[in-house]
Formats: sequence, structure tokens, C-alpha cells
Amino acid sequence: MTYCSFCGKEDADGDHAFCRQRLSMIDPPRYCAECARRMVVQVTPDGWTARCSRHGETASAR
Amino acid sequence: MTAAPEQIDVLDEAREQVLERGVGLSEEQVLKVLELPDDRIPELLALAHEVRERWCGPEVEVEGIVSLKTGGCPEDCHFCSQSGQFPSPVRSAWLDIPGLVRAARQTRDTGATEFCIVAAVRGPDKRLLSQVRDGIKAIREDGNDIQIACSLGMLTQEQVDELVAMGVHRYNHNLETARSHFPEVVTTHSWEERWDTLRMIRDAGMEVCCGGIIGMGETLAQRAEFAVQLAELEPDEVPLNFLIPNPGTPYENYPVVEGAEALRTVGAFRLALPRTILRFAGGRELTFGDLGAKQGMLGGINAIIVGNYLTNLGRPAQQDLDMLEELSMPIKALSQTL
Repeated sequence: MTYCSFCGKEDADGDHAFCRQRLSMIDPPRYCAECARRMVVQVTPDGWTARCSRHGETASAR
Repeated sequence: MTAAPEQIDVLDEAREQVLERGVGLSEEQVLKVLELPDDRIPELLALAHEVRERWCGPEVEVEGIVSLKTGGCPEDCHFCSQSGQFPSPVRSAWLDIPGLVRAARQTRDTGATEFCIVAAVRGPDKRLLSQVRDGIKAIREDGNDIQIACSLGMLTQEQVDELVAMGVHRYNHNLETARSHFPEVVTTHSWEERWDTLRMIRDAGMEVCCGGIIGMGETLAQRAEFAVQLAELEPDEVPLNFLIPNPGTPYENYPVVEGAEALRTVGAFRLALPRTILRFAGGRELTFGDLGAKQGMLGGINAIIVGNYLTNLGRPAQQDLDMLEELSMPIKALSQTL
């Protein structure tokens, strides 16, 4: 099972077109795609890091 | 039968009053501009651009910003995903000093002259001010002479004096919206409290950066009211944001400001504030897209935040720098600001 990084709901649950649009434009991920935990996100001028307490840190491609 | 008095066109008035004499529009005049039909927007933007070139010059001021302390704010600003009072997905985070130094370096490398350190707080406590002090020292030790601004909420006189001593040259504290609309947006503090902080900043000799967010349910009349209230403050800079309806906030279902309306607002604010640095800030990506950003830059804007914002992402800095080059707009150099 995977989760939407924007809204935290299951990817299979409903339409996430709006979520994908936001993630492609102006939002870093807020929820862990593996467990849907809210992540600690730090946005910097040229990127972001997002840390899940269980699954560790992911970062933007700079 | 007497003839009806001839209506004077507001853009004709603005050409004489703002462009020729440098006197900003009144509230009534700004409202007329905000009510102009879509087919007059190109004319408005062309005039606003002439005004900014005449009274501010051709340079564009570039700035980067970073969030030093994210989320967990006790205030209830209804637009803000960092308020601890709403079920927003934004979690609390602190940026460490090496991270702050890297962010300042990233900003300087874009050619920016301004770096603004921001914290989501009602006002700074000792720990936050200590972090800011250590951060500024570390940025300087990194050989980075970029100008440093701060946005740390409401201040006491003692805190204002501390920031001056740290070398902070500009302070951001947005009034956010018209005085008459503010109680609909924030209930945990007042517009007047924000105003008081702004006066202290000005009196201490720091540059004043004060703007707001368009699209928070204000009427056009309130938008005009806001423009002249900002003009009354005589800020050095006005950052113009467009609402990003963020999940979990009371405004999450508000519509994104439509492009034509946003452009009219840009033009109107320039005509109200002919000599002020008018900065494109958050929300422009959603509101304008690529084409509209160019129109805004040719419609009175003379400053831009490049790269990401505090909790939202912006366009890559290089994309905006390429846009400025394409528009033949020179970037203000650090030597011009010192």
C-alpha cells in the first residue's frame, strides 16, 4: 500500500490529480509515501528535505 | 439643461499625478483602477511600468528567504499553514546554523542582495534571537556579505535594538490586509499591534518591509484601503503575495486569485506606491504561471523572491533569472545597496 505525499490518503483511494498538480508546482511532500506519517519538512531556497520518523529522510533533486 | 460633468479617466489622472509628480493614488482612485475592465489591463500595466522606471529605476532587487523555525505558531492567521491552531500537515522544524549558512550561500549564488530569515512565531524569545545572532555571525564568517533581513513577528523595543546591533538592515512584518478586514483573518492579535512594531522598526533606522496577501476574501474596496494604508506607512518594500489555499487552514477552499485580477492589483499597488520596492512574493506560481509573471514584471514589479518560499516551493531561481535577462532587466548589485 502506498500513500499520497500531499494529502496522506491511500493512493488507491480516490482521485489524486489535484494532489499531483500541487506536488508538481508548489508543494514538497508532507506525508510519507510508505506509511502516511506526517513528515518534518524543511524547505530551503533551492530544495527541501522531508523526514519520516520510521522511514528516514528524502530530499529534492537539486 | 446643463451638461453632465466630464468624467476624468483614472489612468489619465494617474499619468499626471503619479508618473509626472510621483504622488500615489488615493483610496478612491485605487478602487477605480481595481474596477477597470480586462481590456484596459495592458494600458494599466504599461503605465505602472513607466512609473516604476521613473521613480525606482530599472534594477530588480532579488531576494531569497528561508524558514528558521517552521510551524507550531500560536497565532491563528487563517491563511497560514504554520499555525498550531489548525490541522495543517506542516510539522514544527528548526533549521540549524550550518543549514542557515547553506541557505544564505544558495541565495547569494543567485546574485541576490537580500536574504530574509523568517520564523513562525508571535514574537521572538531569547532562544530564537540567540539563534538569529549566531546564524548571522556564521553567515559572515562564511564570507557572505549579503544583506540580511528578518521576519520574527511582533517585537519589543529591546528586541528591535538587538536586531539593529546584529546588523539586520530590513525587517519584514506584514499588515497582511486592510485594517477593516484584519479581524476576519487574525483574531489572536490586532492590526494595531503589527503597526506598532512597524513604527518601532522605522524609528530605529531599519528598513521597513511590509506587505500582505491578496485573495483572503477582502472586497476590492478593502484592497484599495490596504494599498493606501501601506502608502501611509511609507515602507521601503512591499511584498505582494497571492493566497495559496493550503490544506488544513480555514482558507483551504478559497479560490486562487485569477490572473487578470492579480495583474490589476499589481498595477494598482504600483500606482499607490510609486517609490516603493514592490516585490513579487508567494503565490505567483499558482496565480500567474510563467506568462503572467512576465506581465507582472512589466507592470510595476521591481523585486522578486527567487527559489523556494517558507513552506511552499517556487520556481527554480535560474528560471526567474533567465526571465529577467530576457526582459533586459538588470539585477540590483550588492554594491548599490551598501
